[in-house]
Amino acid sequence: MLKTLAGLVAELRAVGIPVSPTEHIDAAAALRHTALEDRPAVRAALATTLVKNPDHLRAFTTVFDLYFAGRRGDLSPSSSAASTVESSSSPPEGEGMLGGMSDGELGEMLYRAIRDRDRVMMRAIAAQLVTRHSNFEPGRRVAGVYYMSRALAAANLSAILDRLSADSSDEGGAYLTQRERDERIAEFRTELQTEIRDRLVADRGPEDVARVLRAPLPEDVDFLSASGKDAAAIREALKPLARKLAARLARRRRTHRDAPLDFRATLRKSLSTGGIPVELVHRKPHPSRPDLIVLADISGSVATFAAFTLQLVFALRTEFARVRTWAFVDGIDEVTELLEHSDNVAEATYRINYGSSKVRLFGGSDYGFALRTFARDWGDEIRSTSTVLILGDARNNYLAPRDESLATVAKRARHLYWLNPEPASRWNTGDSIMDRYAQHCDAVFECRNIRQLTQFIDLLE
Amino acid sequence: MGPTGARFGSADEVAALLKRVSYLSDEMTAGSVYLADRLGKPVLIEGPAGTGKTELAKSVAAATGTRLIRLQCYEGLDEGKALYEWDYRKQLLRLQSRAEGASWQETESDLFSEDFLLTRPLLEAIRATEPVVLLIDEVDRLDVETEALLLEVLSDYQVSIPELGTITARQVPLVFLTSNGSRELSEALKRRCLFLHLDYPSIEREREIVLTRVPEISDHLATQITRIVHALRDLDLKKRPSVSETLDWARTLLLIGVEDIESNHLQETMHVLLKYSSDIRKAQGSLSDLTR
Repeated sequence: MLKTLAGLVAELRAVGIPVSPTEHIDAAAALRHTALEDRPAVRAALATTLVKNPDHLRAFTTVFDLYFAGRRGDLSPSSSAASTVESSSSPPEGEGMLGGMSDGELGEMLYRAIRDRDRVMMRAIAAQLVTRHSNFEPGRRVAGVYYMSRALAAANLSAILDRLSADSSDEGGAYLTQRERDERIAEFRTELQTEIRDRLVADRGPEDVARVLRAPLPEDVDFLSASGKDAAAIREALKPLARKLAARLARRRRTHRDAPLDFRATLRKSLSTGGIPVELVHRKPHPSRPDLIVLADISGSVATFAAFTLQLVFALRTEFARVRTWAFVDGIDEVTELLEHSDNVAEATYRINYGSSKVRLFGGSDYGFALRTFARDWGDEIRSTSTVLILGDARNNYLAPRDESLATVAKRARHLYWLNPEPASRWNTGDSIMDRYAQHCDAVFECRNIRQLTQFIDLLE
Repeated sequence: MGPTGARFGSADEVAALLKRVSYLSDEMTAGSVYLADRLGKPVLIEGPAGTGKTELAKSVAAATGTRLIRLQCYEGLDEGKALYEWDYRKQLLRLQSRAEGASWQETESDLFSEDFLLTRPLLEAIRATEPVVLLIDEVDRLDVETEALLLEVLSDYQVSIPELGTITARQVPLVFLTSNGSRELSEALKRRCLFLHLDYPSIEREREIVLTRVPEISDHLATQITRIVHALRDLDLKKRPSVSETLDWARTLLLIGVEDIESNHLQETMHVLLKYSSDIRKAQGSLSDLTR
C-alpha cells in the first residue's frame, strides 16, 4: 500500500500538484484509519491530506481514478487485463441482456437511463457502446479521443437531448430544466470517458496512459497555445485570482509599518494607563494608488493573451486610481469605455479587432506607428504617477521600430513595463525586436501563463 | 503532544452524529472530521461564503456535546487578542500599591503570576481540561505575519509564555479553521492542516438540506426552490446566493404561504437571495426559464 501511495504522490507531483513529505506522511497515517476497500473513503482521505488548493482538486480526482483504474470494482471489464478485451471481459451487470439488444433498443435504454439518472445503467450502456462501436484494438497506438468520438457518434446524444426537451415542454412528461438536461448528458459522457480510459489502462498500463492524458493545471497553460477548453479553464481560474490579488494589493498599501508617530493619539491612549504611554499609535499610512495605462496588441497572434491580461487588469480596477486602455494593431485607439461596458473582455477584444475601428487598418501589427501615434495624440495623458504597461510580442513585421516614441513615453511615466507572451528564448528572432524596445523599459517580463501574470501583478506598486 | 482523541469510531459515525444536529455532511466532510480527530490535526475549511463552514464547527461541537471556543480573525489581530496578554492595568496598580520595603524579586514574581494573565481563545483551548472544539474563523483576514503565530499552537498544541514557560495541551482540541479564500494562506499553515473544500452543494443535497432545516416545507416547494437557486448560481452574479440564503428564502416563502412558486412570488422575494440591485436586474432578465 505504501508503495502504491508513493507512486500516486509521484504522479501528482508530475502533474504539478505540490505534495510535501509531511503531507505524504499524513496521507499514510490517514490510510491506517480508513477502510481500504471503500474507494470513496480512500479518495476522501487522500484528498484531504494531499491537496491543499481547491483548483487542484479536479486534477487530483483524474489522477486518482487513473491510478487506481486497474483496481476499479469488479463490474468493469478492465479488471481482467487480457490480450483481447472483448472476449475475456467479465460481463458487467445486465450485459447479457444489453448484448442481445439491437442498436435501436439500446438507444431507448440509454434515453431512459439518462432521463431517470440511472448511473448503474449508464455505466453498463457506456461499456456496451464502447464494445460495439469503438473498434477497440489492444496495442493500437491511437489516442482515447478516437475511441471516444466513435462511441459518441453511436450514442447520438443530440437526439436524446432533443427528446428530453420535447418531453419537458409536454405537460405530462418529466420536467427537466435546460441545465439539468445538460448535466445528465455530461454525466453520461463522463461514464464513457471513464470506460475508455479503463480499457486503455488495462491495455497499456497506467503509467503510459497517464503520460498521454496528463493535462497541465490551468495556471500553467500557455496563453498562446490555449485551446477552447483550456481558455475556459483559464477564465475560471482568473475569476478568484482577481479578488485575491486585489485583497493583497490593498493590504500591502494599508500596512506600512514605518508610518510616523501620532503624538496626540498616543497621549490620549496613555490616559488609561495613568499617563504612561504603553502603546504607541502611528499615523495611518496614506494609500498610494497608481494609475495604469495599458497598451495592448490585439492582433491575431497574441489576442488571447491580451484578452486574459485585460480581463485581469479590469477586474482589479478598484485597486488603481484609474485604468485606461488602448488597443492597437497597426492603428491605435482608446477602448476604455468599450471594455467598461462589456461583460466579456475576450469577446470585446474580438469585436474591436474585427469591427470597424481605427485599430486595425491592414492587418499585421505595426508597433512603430502605434507608439508614435500614442505619444503624439495621448502623450499628455501620462502623468508622473502613471504606470504604463505594454502587452505584445514586439513582432513588428520588419517595419520601422520608432523606439524614440517609446523613449518619450518612458520619460513621462513613472514606470514602463512590457509583458511578452512569447518564451524569452524566442525574443529577437525573426521580426521580433524586443531588445530594441527593452532598453527604454524599466523591465520586460515573460508572461506565458497565469502563474507568471500573477507574479507580475503582485509586483506592481 | 497530548494523546489524540477518539471521539468518533468511523467516518459514518461522524455523519450520523452530525445528522442528529441537522447538519448534512458528505463523504469528504465526514471523512475529514474523522481523520482530524484520529490524526490530531486541524482542518482548514475553504469555500465560498455561506456554504456552512462555520456551521460545521458549531455542529461538531453540538454533536459531541463539547464546548466551542471561537476566535474571530480580523485584520490587525495580534498576540494580545489571540493568545494571552498581561493585564498591565492591574500590574500598574499592583506596583503603585507595593508595600514599602518589599524586595524587587518578590514583586516581579508576583507581577507575572497567573493572577495577571488574561487568557485569550487560543490559550484557553490549550489549557482546557475537558475536550473542546476550537474554531478559528476567517483566517484569511489575518496579516501574513500574524498567521505565523498560529503555527506553534496548531502543530504542537502548546503556547510559550516567556515568563511562565511552555504550556502544553492536556487534551488535543479539535481545531477548525475557516477561510473564504480572499488570499492564499501560507504553505506552512496549509501543510499543518487537513484540507476541506466546501463548495455549493449539488441540487439533491441542497434539497435534503432545505428539508432537514425547514421541516415544515413541502417536497414540491423544496424541489422548486433548489432548482431556482441553482439556476441563479449559474448566472454571472456579483454575489451568488449561499446555502444560508436558500434557507432564508425557504422560510420566507413558507411564512407568506406560498405553495407553488409563481414569477410574481419570485419578484417579491428576490431580495432575500440577491443582495445587489444589478444582480436582481440580471436575474429578472432570465426569470422566464426559472418558473413554470
